[in-house]
Amino acid sequence: MLSRKSSTGSAVPAILFAIVLLILVASTLYLHIAKTWWFPEAITPVGHQIDQQFFATFVVTGIVFVLAQIALAWLVFRYRDQGRKATFVRGHHGLEVLWTTATLVVFVALGVMAAHAWGEVHFGGPSPDALQIEVTGLQFQWEFRYAGPDGKFGRINVKDIDASVGNPLGLDASDPAGKDDIVVPDLYLPVDRPIELMLRSQDVIHSFFVRELRIKQDCVPGLIIPIHFEVNKTGDYEVTCNQLCGLGHYHMHAIMHAMSEADFEQWEKKQEAQNAQ
Amino acid sequence: MSAHAGSIHHSEAPKGWIRHYIFSLDHKIIGTQYILLGLSAVTIGVILSLIVRLHLVWPNLHIWGFANGIVSPEDYLRVITMHGTLMVFFVLTTVPQSGFGNYFLPIQIGAPDMAFPTINMLSFWTTFLALIVLLASAFVPGGATISGWTSYAPLSAVGEIAGPGLGLGQTLWVVSIALFCGGSLMSAINFLGTTIDLRTKGLSLMRMPLTVWGWFITACLALLAFGVLLAACILLLLDRLAQTSFFIPADLSVSGVVLHHAGGSPLLWQHLFWFFGHPEVYIAILPAMGIISHVLSTFSRKPVFGYKAMVYSLTAIGFLSFTVWGHHMFISGMNPYSALAFSILTLVIGVPSAIKTFNWLGTLWGGRIHFTAAMLFAIGFVSLFVTGGLSGIFLAQPALDLYLHDTSYVIGHFHLIMGVAAIFAMFAASYYWFPKMFGHMMNETLGKIHFWFTFIGVYCIFMPMHYLGYVGEARRYASTESVNYMIALHPVNMFISFSAFVTMSAQLLFYFNFFWSIKHGKPAERNPWHGTTLEWSVSTPVPHDNFAGDYPTVYRGPYEYSVPGAADDFIPQHLAPEQVAKAG
Repeated sequence: MLSRKSSTGSAVPAILFAIVLLILVASTLYLHIAKTWWFPEAITPVGHQIDQQFFATFVVTGIVFVLAQIALAWLVFRYRDQGRKATFVRGHHGLEVLWTTATLVVFVALGVMAAHAWGEVHFGGPSPDALQIEVTGLQFQWEFRYAGPDGKFGRINVKDIDASVGNPLGLDASDPAGKDDIVVPDLYLPVDRPIELMLRSQDVIHSFFVRELRIKQDCVPGLIIPIHFEVNKTGDYEVTCNQLCGLGHYHMHAIMHAMSEADFEQWEKKQEAQNAQ
Repeated sequence: MSAHAGSIHHSEAPKGWIRHYIFSLDHKIIGTQYILLGLSAVTIGVILSLIVRLHLVWPNLHIWGFANGIVSPEDYLRVITMHGTLMVFFVLTTVPQSGFGNYFLPIQIGAPDMAFPTINMLSFWTTFLALIVLLASAFVPGGATISGWTSYAPLSAVGEIAGPGLGLGQTLWVVSIALFCGGSLMSAINFLGTTIDLRTKGLSLMRMPLTVWGWFITACLALLAFGVLLAACILLLLDRLAQTSFFIPADLSVSGVVLHHAGGSPLLWQHLFWFFGHPEVYIAILPAMGIISHVLSTFSRKPVFGYKAMVYSLTAIGFLSFTVWGHHMFISGMNPYSALAFSILTLVIGVPSAIKTFNWLGTLWGGRIHFTAAMLFAIGFVSLFVTGGLSGIFLAQPALDLYLHDTSYVIGHFHLIMGVAAIFAMFAASYYWFPKMFGHMMNETLGKIHFWFTFIGVYCIFMPMHYLGYVGEARRYASTESVNYMIALHPVNMFISFSAFVTMSAQLLFYFNFFWSIKHGKPAERNPWHGTTLEWSVSTPVPHDNFAGDYPTVYRGPYEYSVPGAADDFIPQHLAPEQVAKAG
């Protein structure tokens, strides 16, 4: 006779596991399908491409998640100690080969699919007529610089940095190319036109992130890192810092104003007029 | 394998209290010291996370110990930095490996002690010193550092000028981690030497319990990873104290001051740190995997499904863990082409992890499952490992990491797979081995209540963090008030905080159970779980040299449960074939 200990043979833990895991699966599925807390709408072509990859990954991992959690709940319920002897089995070679191959194929396939969107962001350069904007992170604000009418960015000299005289970037006064540069604390850009941002930092590492662009990129002191995109929807979007940069990290914030071409030209003219004064 | 011919050290227990309990050479005492060190660190770490959760939902709440009772932004960063450092280094790295490993590895392989008992003692006291230095950094002028547990340069390199706590506090942080590396390196050598040289007669590699495999592979990783971190820490110290420029580039202007450094690379720190940091994730989880396999097999009354596949997958994870560090750096500015290689390798390391999960499910299949507290935590581990592993599939793809990097999604992911999963293994190990360590049983009913609160609780804490990540909530924000889309997430954060308070309170059950049972628990039999491995063959309390001079011979693999034809549903490893009782 096999003994049945009441403390180990009870069905209660098995039923509790089944309930908890079913609630976990159901709530997770619901929140993903209802999109209760979700991504904001993407505003760039590459953003939509990234969203498609998100969707594919949600489907694959979602299926595995549901199957694995329910299998666990079922196994625990089905094989709780009911007094019968355990099945003696050491393993199964065929099963090992099967699940190894299957996961390898699925995981690598996802990785290869995702490479396309990554390539769109990082491999191809921007088109030659892209609007270049320099983005500088510093404790704890963003500065955005436009080349102005001459199309040339002026030289920067770290010794000239002085926020109190309105020169937070250290524009070198001896370089004529810098005279017409526009420096503003928010990002203004036209829609439906290629944009190239040149990311840099003055002090420590910051990270430029706009949710709707689906792009995040560290700003590393000593490097100038380009990213490019084209926004297709006007609106105001929040720019945040996503790499710990010191005590003011949480309020390092700016607005990205995506404007129609006409509005942008008007804004640019106004800035140039101010510079000329 | 026959190292016991000349006893490696005398088998008499030392007489004095200090030699016995403080500067002990006995691996069991040292293991217990590591566990108590981890328990102290986890207590502080949990209190710090309580402060984080309180501050995020009630920023104006007065909290004892802070200037004017208010947690300032720099205090918040100090708290998260200290929380991360304590948990990753002094809890996840020490307890499963140096704690339980120290205690049970020699016994499970039939050895009298670790190969180098003095080095073992030195490892512990170096680690202890590292903890003291880290805690001391909170009390120096400027306070503890604010640069996060990853201490990215140049924030961590340029000194006080970049913010509070970045002076002496940061220096002490680096010193503490360097000391910790030293302790871990010594410990790794000991684990390797012991496993290779001190196995008892008959204990071939493929007869070792999976716990021993877990500790062995982890020691390999620790030996290779901590050396690199130690070097990185020394370079960072030189940048800070000797005006070198390993991590500091030219033309930095910090707080209006131009620095006289040139030629360094901030990305170098990240490469060195994550070359350690990713194996570190596996240093935390491989011993846990071993423990979970061990416990699942014992309480399913079945051999581990696919023992060899389990060994090979542990080895594969160990090897691959050194090839994936770049997935922490997809958005760092590193060459974007290398991201593709790191991405595919990261997805490939998911394969041996999936193999382990399938084999755990296979172990349950056809079993006769006993729901002990240890088993509940082991089953819970499998569920958490699946959930936390699948979110890793997102982060492994650079195109998706572009969005998710440094959001709450990452916090949810690594807490489930690295933090909570490893802690579930520590709980399972505690409930499972407590009878052998202290001669008393822990209270099973309390243990089960503890499990259900913790299991449901951690899902309520960490699942919503994934949703916060979808919305884009950034991590390491002292306040979400400055960003409109984060303000709207307040109710979710409230839910997480409440779940955290309940879950943390439930841990008091464990503390009570643990300390109360040391004296007052039901007296334990020699082999209360009907286990097969060598730790259950020795008497309780375990003699000073474990086997009282009578070293066992091993005749079979570690998980011979429910073998057809045998009278009992378990056959201990040390039982000679002629001693095995036949059924009927």
